[in-house]
Amino acid sequence: MTTSYEPAFPGTQAASVELPPRAGLGLKTGHFKQVLGSRPDIGFFEVHAENYMVDGGPFHHFLGLIREQYPLSLHGVGLSIGTEGKLDATHLLRLAELIERYQPQAFSEHLAWSSHGPVFLNDLLPLAYDAPTLDRVCAHIGQVQDTLKRPMLLENPATYLAFQRSTLDETDFISEVIRRTGCGLLLDVNNLYVSCINHQRDPLAYLDALPLQAVGEIHLAGFAEDSDSLGDRLLIDDHGAPIDLAVLALYRQALERVGPVATLIERDNQVPAFNVLLAEAHQADALLLSAGRST
Amino acid sequence: MSSQAAFTAALLDIRQPCPEGLCSANGADPASRFAVYRNNVQGSLINALADAYPVVRQLVGDEFFRAMAAVHVQTSAPHSPLMSGYGADLADFIEGFEPASSLPYLADVARLERLRTVAYHAADAHPLGHEQIAAALADPQSLDGLCITLHPSTHLLDSAFAVVAIWAAHQTDMTLAEIDPNQGQCALVLRNGLEVEVFSLDRGAFTFIRNVHNGQPLGQALACAPTFDIAQTLALLISHVAIIRLHHDKVLP
Repeated sequence: MTTSYEPAFPGTQAASVELPPRAGLGLKTGHFKQVLGSRPDIGFFEVHAENYMVDGGPFHHFLGLIREQYPLSLHGVGLSIGTEGKLDATHLLRLAELIERYQPQAFSEHLAWSSHGPVFLNDLLPLAYDAPTLDRVCAHIGQVQDTLKRPMLLENPATYLAFQRSTLDETDFISEVIRRTGCGLLLDVNNLYVSCINHQRDPLAYLDALPLQAVGEIHLAGFAEDSDSLGDRLLIDDHGAPIDLAVLALYRQALERVGPVATLIERDNQVPAFNVLLAEAHQADALLLSAGRST
Repeated sequence: MSSQAAFTAALLDIRQPCPEGLCSANGADPASRFAVYRNNVQGSLINALADAYPVVRQLVGDEFFRAMAAVHVQTSAPHSPLMSGYGADLADFIEGFEPASSLPYLADVARLERLRTVAYHAADAHPLGHEQIAAALADPQSLDGLCITLHPSTHLLDSAFAVVAIWAAHQTDMTLAEIDPNQGQCALVLRNGLEVEVFSLDRGAFTFIRNVHNGQPLGQALACAPTFDIAQTLALLISHVAIIRLHHDKVLP
């Protein structure tokens, strides 16, 4: 399948303005040479923006060559959109430079915070869903979109606990942010499933409560399992396993509602051989193709 | 204290209790769920250090390294979302970390590994062609005033220990048995194309390259260095494409 796979969709040139409605893969440094050598049939690649905020060297060398041949999604993990303080203006400018250099088809960030004062915690931390947080998140997204001169995609989070002072459902919070700022939604189906299990919500009801017309990209990944003090399932979004069957089933439901849309297979831990990831991407491509036929 | 300030403090200091104001839909103790965030933060920062210092990790073993890194994380959380810079001060920390004092060379091995990371991500620069270099070196009259600009990835490390040999032994199956760790070495680190390279230099060559790198013209750089093989040293810099510019110092009358 990996060698005989036929390109199923038109418009996958590196120069197009939107991500193609196909499966993409996170670009791993260990796969640079294999990607350039074998030119796999993949809809797009995604990279973490912060990894490429370096002066020069192999990262820029290989991303430049790969960008010439594939559409690119730039995914931020360090902007701290939900921070109580101000956005890091220096970091935002670095982001603008990276976007200018690589002209990605999409830029996305998380509904989360990761910095407090000078400290960067290297994790995506949860927010209270109340009116002051809503105002702050909207102001920060406005600042990002004004600086980058393009709309961004906001990713729904995977969370493990909630705040007593929250007054809004997560889906209402996200809907209001999208309504006010005009940003798009990066629908992370794994995060959705993880959060729904952790917070005893019905995943399909959660999906239907999101503003699905704003979906610009989908993420799929695997999770790890733990348990809390009551012995209940506690799912952890670790990007370290193949996509769970429950997440794939939810993905089909999402495609039925939104039609084919660019879908990233995320894998950041226990990264397997490139061909294993490619097989997961082709599995998603098959679902995207049938979603395209039925819409 | 703000909510995120309390969250941050409790994430970094594992002795602190779970922050207040948190809850779980099923009524579980929020502390059992806050622990996931704490593990994520601690684990990801320790992993970042382990990835950046593979030889230090091999020298002390994984368990010791992770315990040492956990102490470092407590006192030195990242101050930037650019994780490639995290752990830049690990060598200084190791120097004062008493449980590692039986390996006095460990801090300098960390310094060498850090320089390799810095060189890997350093700015790109076009090397000067061999013909241009040959032409500039052909005129003995002007050699004394010639200044050499080295590639931005070029770094030097003067160590009282055999850092290059110790580092190199971990790139192959060699053992440390054949190395005298107290035999001081001078290291040159540079990126040649896409590969970072490490060389051991004698004292004279090291001093000469350091002087050149600091902007001294050849004559002065040479005069201030102990005896060494200048032809061999220049050949090393040329063959590893470390020379990006040659120019004459303006001598004031």
